[in-house]
Amino acid sequence: MIMEDKFSKTDIQKPENIVYKRTDLLVDRPLSYCPGCGHGTAHRMLMEVIEEMDIMEKTIGVSPVGCSVLAYDFLNIDMLGAAHGRAPALATAIKRMWPDHFVFTYQGDGDLAAIGTGETIHACNRGENITIIFINNGIYGMTGGQMAPTTLPGMRSSTSPYGRDVPTMGHPLKITELVAQLPGVYYVTRQSVHTPSNVRKTKKAIRKAFELQKENKGLCFIEIVSNCNSGWKMTPVQSNKWMEENMFPFYQLGDIKLDGKLVERKETVEKE
Amino acid sequence: MGELRLMKGNEAVAEAAVRAGCDGYFGYPITPQSEVMEYLMAEKPFERTGMVVLQAESEVAAINMIYGGAGTGKMVMTSSSSPGISLMQEGISYLAGAELPALIVNIVRGGPGLGTIQPSQADYFQAVKGGGHGDYKMLVLAPASVQEMCDHVKLGFDKAFQYRTPVMILSDGAIGQMMEKVVLFDQIPRRTDAEVVAQCPWASNGRPKTRNHNIITSLDLDPAGQERVNLKLQAKYKMMEQNEVLYEEISCDDAEYLFVAFGLSARICQKAIDLARAKGIKVGLFRPITLFPFPATEVSNVGNRVKGILVVEMNAGQMIEDVKLSVGCKVKIEHFGRFGGIIPSPDEVVRALEQKIIGG
Repeated sequence: MIMEDKFSKTDIQKPENIVYKRTDLLVDRPLSYCPGCGHGTAHRMLMEVIEEMDIMEKTIGVSPVGCSVLAYDFLNIDMLGAAHGRAPALATAIKRMWPDHFVFTYQGDGDLAAIGTGETIHACNRGENITIIFINNGIYGMTGGQMAPTTLPGMRSSTSPYGRDVPTMGHPLKITELVAQLPGVYYVTRQSVHTPSNVRKTKKAIRKAFELQKENKGLCFIEIVSNCNSGWKMTPVQSNKWMEENMFPFYQLGDIKLDGKLVERKETVEKE
Repeated sequence: MGELRLMKGNEAVAEAAVRAGCDGYFGYPITPQSEVMEYLMAEKPFERTGMVVLQAESEVAAINMIYGGAGTGKMVMTSSSSPGISLMQEGISYLAGAELPALIVNIVRGGPGLGTIQPSQADYFQAVKGGGHGDYKMLVLAPASVQEMCDHVKLGFDKAFQYRTPVMILSDGAIGQMMEKVVLFDQIPRRTDAEVVAQCPWASNGRPKTRNHNIITSLDLDPAGQERVNLKLQAKYKMMEQNEVLYEEISCDDAEYLFVAFGLSARICQKAIDLARAKGIKVGLFRPITLFPFPATEVSNVGNRVKGILVVEMNAGQMIEDVKLSVGCKVKIEHFGRFGGIIPSPDEVVRALEQKIIGG
């Protein structure tokens, strides 16, 4: 009301007054993600990078099966929707067919680290010149909160209702550390999008990966540890706090491989 | 006249792929079809035409590479044998659902399970009736010679792009392994990237500022939308049934009896015709070349002129169901098959005709 006294709506919409707006490469439609989820921010960072590098005409994206199955409805670039886990296989062929194009996959933890482990490892091992964006929220979001390969020990999900029991359900899989070992992989980093400074770091990492793709350096792998407030049964604020306290000690943020060389880091261990 | 060569069926498939202007082959080794990728790797098509050849980590990866390449408008193919083709069924269903052009070669071996590495025709149902999930069909070609192995590659790619559909060449271990002379067609240049973009406006290969983004997917969560997709596919299959039926008739004009057989079985039946006619039995052969679309009217026309039909297949009786549906009940129709990798001899085919049809 006070605003309306001072400024008319058209004043606010004047280009010089706009401080924040939708990125052109995001389709103007509501996201299908839950309020509080990190996917929207990750989408935006990815599209900002493609827009700033002015590579839309040479970019082909591959979306997964999972919460981001409909990513192609929001990302205003040419996309292919893959079968569950197979995005790196699609991306391999796309890049081989169009070697001067930028090719990326956008995958969740179930897609990339469970059903698609084979395709992930082998695309990485061949050193395909693609970028993999890996969203790790430790749960199957789309199907309603089942245990994921990255679910922490003791963490509850609809298929581990009493908490992940490591002796019977196995250990959480640090696939990012695993692929970092492969010589075909050039740049590996783990980031998050839960605070403004982390968002900036994530965007920088995505930009770096696309710049490296231009130079045909090998595969670049960016993990984004994200929340799933709906699946974790928390408010968005609680889920971000829980993520900092529980996910980050195990999935430690930062660069894991730079310029084709592993970065020295402290090994993180499971806590029961 | 093209170049004349003595080649294995599998090699003819590989050479024909290069000459057809194929952009990419993605495969995984399995007997009895490994010569396809071996020939390609040795032949270095990446130097001849720029064609990509890649050994995938599994058949599952290979068929999804096909999906990726096809989704960008490129001309891509894979080959495998029965167990590997089973692994690809999910991917083939996605190709059909997303309406992507692709060529899949199945050099069939005996099953079920790991089965045997010897030739078989036991994957007829899988190829013709869907194989994967959902209501879909592939155009299925059944070569009966090394020459057709070569020619069907070019034909298969043409039809795949004409209908935006996966096409399968359903062959078998014998035709894949046997050597025959083959006349190779001349090299067709690979399309340039600009030609691919112009010919495939639906493909996802980089969004120019002049159009909206392209999306390749088989997903439509809205039931009304998904029903529209299905109706579109069914209309396409109807069109194939009207326009794409291929078949061959041998010695049918004066025939009192008829063999119906495809692929290798049809070759055996040709010899059986000679043996039977030497005994005074007037028998002909009807050979479906497209298994889908099935030459229903054509086989019915011939079939209803004879006294009896023997369907000869290297399986326990699969195509006979389509023959019976097409010909109807007025004519006696029996099946003769050997399976598990056994190739029937022309003698036993003639004996089966005598026992099951003429004497039966």
